[in-house]
Amino acid sequence: MPEEITKLIHKYLRHDKKFPHVWCPGCGNGIVLGSLIRAIDKIGLSKDDIVMASGIGCSGRMPVYVDFNTLHTTHGRALTFATGIKLAKPSLNVITVMGDGDATAIGGNHFIHAARRNLDLTAIIINNQIYGMTGGQFSPTTPYGSVATTSTWGHIEHAFSIADLAVTAGAAFVARGTVYHVQMLDEVIEKAIRKRGFAVVEVMSNCHVQFGRRNQMGDPVTMLKWFKESAVPAEKAAGMGHDEMKGRFTIGILADEEKPVYTEQYGKIRERAVAAAAEELKK
Amino acid sequence: MTGDVACAEGALAAGCSFFGGYPITPATEIAERMSERLPEIGGTFIQMEDEIAAIAAVLGASCAGAKAMTATSGPGFSLMMENLGLAACTETPCVVVDVQRAGPSTGLPTQGAQADMMQARWGSHGDYEIIALSPMSPQEIFYQTIEAFNLSETYRTPVLIMTDEMVGHLSEKVVIPEAASIKTLVRPSAKGRKDRFKPYRPGENGVAPMAIAGQGYNIHATGLTHDERGYPVMTVEAQEEMMRRIKGKIRNNLADIIRTHSYRLEDADIAVISYGVSARTSLAAVDEARELGIKAGLLRLITVWPFPEVELRSLAERVKALVTVEVNLGQIHLEVERCASGKAPAILVGHPGGAIIPPERVIEKLKDIAGKNH
Repeated sequence: MPEEITKLIHKYLRHDKKFPHVWCPGCGNGIVLGSLIRAIDKIGLSKDDIVMASGIGCSGRMPVYVDFNTLHTTHGRALTFATGIKLAKPSLNVITVMGDGDATAIGGNHFIHAARRNLDLTAIIINNQIYGMTGGQFSPTTPYGSVATTSTWGHIEHAFSIADLAVTAGAAFVARGTVYHVQMLDEVIEKAIRKRGFAVVEVMSNCHVQFGRRNQMGDPVTMLKWFKESAVPAEKAAGMGHDEMKGRFTIGILADEEKPVYTEQYGKIRERAVAAAAEELKK
Repeated sequence: MTGDVACAEGALAAGCSFFGGYPITPATEIAERMSERLPEIGGTFIQMEDEIAAIAAVLGASCAGAKAMTATSGPGFSLMMENLGLAACTETPCVVVDVQRAGPSTGLPTQGAQADMMQARWGSHGDYEIIALSPMSPQEIFYQTIEAFNLSETYRTPVLIMTDEMVGHLSEKVVIPEAASIKTLVRPSAKGRKDRFKPYRPGENGVAPMAIAGQGYNIHATGLTHDERGYPVMTVEAQEEMMRRIKGKIRNNLADIIRTHSYRLEDADIAVISYGVSARTSLAAVDEARELGIKAGLLRLITVWPFPEVELRSLAERVKALVTVEVNLGQIHLEVERCASGKAPAILVGHPGGAIIPPERVIEKLKDIAGKNH
């Protein structure tokens, strides 16, 4: 089984790209990439029809390794580039990969507007609760009270829940998974890609090097155990009180709604505009 | 029609099928016109959440094969600078219109200036080349917008139209020719075996053919320093090779890119240098000066960047003075002074912004230089 999994991943990698990758040993990003590839393979999408766009940070490096149409853009802006790509060529499957700081600090405005606009895009947000690539500064999801290199005396800001933010901003599909619950991650990413509309998957991932090390979780196993113990399936969480959920988070599908998709709506506008222009010519 | 509307019509004539924008005075009318017109021709207009997103959507659309444009004014132009650098680095064609207004900051939002000229050249980070055009009338903005797309596609580079509120809001007769008589160019496209294609291997003119998302070339575009495969390479050598290519494709094709217009310069001993709305001031001033017996002429910069350095140097060799007329307190003037290299004095007729420069101010300066003010 592990061999088959490896073979499958290799089918989607760029073999002329020099490995090893830039991620630290034990990084959760590879698990997310694996899930993404399995989901894409299961759906049976052609590599040529996939665009993967990213911003800046450890997550931003993901596209270069895969044999899709890939775009490594500026910090926080992956969704805005994806918007242009999707509008110019709606037949493409456009997937963005972002980090927590990338998507909800510098790119926070783009994130909520993409959710509101409802283009048919998939947004994978790898939430490792820290700025990993720049060396461990706090992000919008760094837990209150934890230590980062820019909150050496303890973090006094409160964390965003990325998935809740997505739901409130109007995303058609929202799920949260973790790099511990891999089968569930495969499933929710598959559903997100299949979803017609803006689909968000927040993935709780481990940065034991920059976050865990400073917060008594200095190795990947300890961090995965933390995800295992803190994650509560959405169905179960629904029956739990606020106090009981303190320090925990929900996983699973948190929103799945049918809403008019932007490109289809715009197609209708085009039809009306073309007809009106033709009518004008007749006069 | 107004300059802003003529700009939108020029874009459509050039084959533009995507506009990403954000409202800002005095450029909003371009977005409004595109919002109405693009769906009629099967194109796409989108109003984004800010100017950062607007230019990013434009670049995304360009990667997917569309001729794409955005339009803004000073504050929005500043917000676009980061992604303008990405466009230069990834060699993604796009057209950005800056309808300049008086600044800094919010300044005089409804009143014009020409004070973003250095931002146009150096506004993004790092070193790069840029092409910037400057129209003097609604008719010319129509043609220059077509030219901007053609240059952008030919050289795979962002092209700026540095117009101003006066031209943008000026209403004049604009003749739109038959579509068949308009020359439109498209980017060199990827050909050949997909496994051997190198997205940044330049062709004869230094420009690499461009693969479009969905064509099957599955290329990687990144703002990191990259090799000809498009893959990041973090070395000084890769940086040098990339910089030589992205600067070289502009610097080695200056004769094809640069356009100027000489007016009564043949026998002139004072050369006025101007562009955009100030060229209108300068044309009137030159004619008036000639009436007074002053041998003045005008070099009008249609292309402002790359700077018409060769022409300026040769002018400096043969005239008594170079007079730059622009609605700022000395930006292009600095370039003129640099090219003059002390061979002729470079004199500025500037303005802090908010109004055009009246021809009288230029004439007074020309009379001073010619010694006719005694």
